[in-house]
Amino acid sequence: MSTPAPLIEMRGISKSFGAVKANEAVDLSVAPGEILGLLGENGAGKTTLMNVLFGAYAPDAGEILVQGRSVAINSSADALAAGIGMVHQHFHLAPRLSVLENLLIGIPGRSGRIDRAGGLARLAEIGRQHGLTLDPDLPVSALSVGEQQRLEIVKALFRGARLLILDEPTAVLAPTEVDGLFSALRSMAAQGLGIIFISHKLNEVRALTHRCVVLRHGRVAGRVDAPASTTSSEMARLMCGHEIVPPARGPSMPGAAVLTLDGISTSHHSGMALRDVSLSVRGGEILGIAGVSGNGQRALAEVISGVRAPDAGKMTIAGKTVSRFSPSTVQALGLGRIPEDRMTTGLVTNLPLADSMVLPRIGTAAFSRNGLIKPDAIRAFAEAQIKAYDIRCPGPMTRAGALSGGNLQKALLARELAFDPKVLIVSQPTRGLDIGAARFIHEKFLDMRAKGCSIIVIGEDLEELLMLSDRIAVMYEGRIVGTLDSADASIARLGLMMTGAEGHA
Amino acid sequence: MSVVLEQIFQVGFLAAIIRIATPLAFATLGEMFSERAGVLNLGIEGIMLLSAMTGFTAASLSGSLWLGVLAAVLTGALMGAVHALFTVALGLSQHVCGIGVTLFSSGLAYFLYRLIFGQQSVPPNIKGFETLPIPILSDIPVLGPAVFNQFSLVYMAMLAIPLAAFVLYRTPWGLAVRMVGENPRAADSAGVSVIATRFQAVILGGALMGLAGAFLSMAQFNAFTFGVVSGRGWVAIALVVFGRWDPWRSAGAALLFAFVDALQLRMQASGLGHIPYEAFLMLPFIFTIVAMAVMSRNAVAPSALLKPFRREER
Repeated sequence: MSTPAPLIEMRGISKSFGAVKANEAVDLSVAPGEILGLLGENGAGKTTLMNVLFGAYAPDAGEILVQGRSVAINSSADALAAGIGMVHQHFHLAPRLSVLENLLIGIPGRSGRIDRAGGLARLAEIGRQHGLTLDPDLPVSALSVGEQQRLEIVKALFRGARLLILDEPTAVLAPTEVDGLFSALRSMAAQGLGIIFISHKLNEVRALTHRCVVLRHGRVAGRVDAPASTTSSEMARLMCGHEIVPPARGPSMPGAAVLTLDGISTSHHSGMALRDVSLSVRGGEILGIAGVSGNGQRALAEVISGVRAPDAGKMTIAGKTVSRFSPSTVQALGLGRIPEDRMTTGLVTNLPLADSMVLPRIGTAAFSRNGLIKPDAIRAFAEAQIKAYDIRCPGPMTRAGALSGGNLQKALLARELAFDPKVLIVSQPTRGLDIGAARFIHEKFLDMRAKGCSIIVIGEDLEELLMLSDRIAVMYEGRIVGTLDSADASIARLGLMMTGAEGHA
Repeated sequence: MSVVLEQIFQVGFLAAIIRIATPLAFATLGEMFSERAGVLNLGIEGIMLLSAMTGFTAASLSGSLWLGVLAAVLTGALMGAVHALFTVALGLSQHVCGIGVTLFSSGLAYFLYRLIFGQQSVPPNIKGFETLPIPILSDIPVLGPAVFNQFSLVYMAMLAIPLAAFVLYRTPWGLAVRMVGENPRAADSAGVSVIATRFQAVILGGALMGLAGAFLSMAQFNAFTFGVVSGRGWVAIALVVFGRWDPWRSAGAALLFAFVDALQLRMQASGLGHIPYEAFLMLPFIFTIVAMAVMSRNAVAPSALLKPFRREER
């Protein structure tokens, strides 16, 4: 691309938190009409850099130039005034207020009143320009995640942003919503806006961006001028500093069925109910469950892990029928579970890591006696797992919530695998994790598979499911619409089944 | 019971409801502003008491009732600022600080009162507000004398309700208050100062609580006694929940409570003598508990209520 005068230029930005250098001498610029990819592993300093640009952190060194002029950005208000808008990973919206009210916050009114008419006109204009339409009077809580993200983008444009920063915008979206986001971003760039797209998903960066900057350990590890024609493995090497080889799945050697579900149905208590679901997983086999989020995956995971009792149907684990559904009874039969949401159902963020790691088995003889817990045993267990799984943390008594996502996921994995489960059920095992951590998790799954463990992986990342699974079942509206051997499966075919288009494979 | 029903539609009874509702309406609106911004103010009981004291004292010493009202409002605003200093600026526990403000304000009120007036066998009183009939409107049968022949502070409460609704729902500042109570981070990233907005809302809330105190010592009782507030602040906190953090509903809740309170006063007086009067005294509170239990089931508090905002935290 020819390079007109940059919209934004960051020169020599450094930022430390205590002894940790989050950013060191980072240079970066975005031209009007350009989509810049900012690539890096978790903890590489992407978010810190963007928080410096958006005024949340003051840099220790370096300067920021807006259209060639050096500016001090000390608050989000300064950033907005300089034409910089940011769409955070966790949306900054008030769910109970309306779309329009969320847009008008911080905008001065007309003669002391909220300028509703002006707001509506501006919203309609942005809708026309970029195809981003929203119902102004709907409360935000009634919007889908994709629509909430659209609102965040509109909010930035509403304030006259000429540079838009998007922090991992696709992490929360379904595959179909990603396409919509990308076309909106392309349209905005075509109209002269600058866009910084933060991600660690290589295929997305290659598909969308014009140029990209790769960060590693807070420094610029490389710049890619033509992402579309650069291979993913080359970019991954820049990100990680070494080659990443996907783990190889050994040949399938399934044993006897370990977990079977026969005609399981649930009520519409919360979310999509299950309707007559039957499946079986054999020893040494990984079964992937694909589907657009909200098609009964949560109910399936809850039934299998004993959290929710089905209305009809039968479940057996290792030949024994589950008569009473509770987490402790299915656990006693040999089930291990890694829940979808690490922070809310996975562990207790305010307690020490060690406590969270033994929580499901706190009542067993290993960790308690006569109704009293054995602190030394708990600590020793946690210490051993921290070592075995290379969980990066100051120690077992660290507050669990202080760990990074990858380390938490390792801790949850360690806590289940330490007890040699016969069946392991995991949901979204690598969501939000970087390549290195994801790779580690995948290897562990394949190790367990080789040892004869049955694993059910519920996920939306089809590439991951295809790599791990021996068979893939597709869920649609609470049913299993088909099961494919992964040798016969492709992303296109699974994608079609996920829309309910294909009844049986 | 027919005796009771007859009483309800008497002018005196209706006027009593309005009069009882007035301090509750001020206090409820004050607490509502504070909570909408995300700050629970358990200091309300003490703030009302201290304001009742300063208002009474200022009026008594200066001879001007309106100077007394001003003193009460300033006292409320000041104590609101104290509460905001601890809970908003320093981010301390809103429960603990609120109780602290109540204990401190009550203690200070008793102390200063003793200091200024000494210990007298007959508590000093003032000539309080007199009713101010509004021409024409007060001539409407039944409603006129009940509603439009009241203290000027009552009219202020009547105006305060639509004004509060307008400010909260129609002005940029009101939107900022609601936003910092729902998602302070969203407000912050939109360039709104969370700290300043919360301070303003808590101070405004305190000023309204001050008006409630002023009404009690300068219009209702015309004296300051240690029992002048007697739980009205706590009731206001319940009424805010009952009114779902909305000015109109909160004012409605205050009226409903006042109705039950006026009713029990009549029942005490109306010769159902064999029932101990304490039983009647309980009625409004039992009503509050039942109403809260029934009506507040799906009431949703402002999401950021009780949560201090610190910008550096991610």
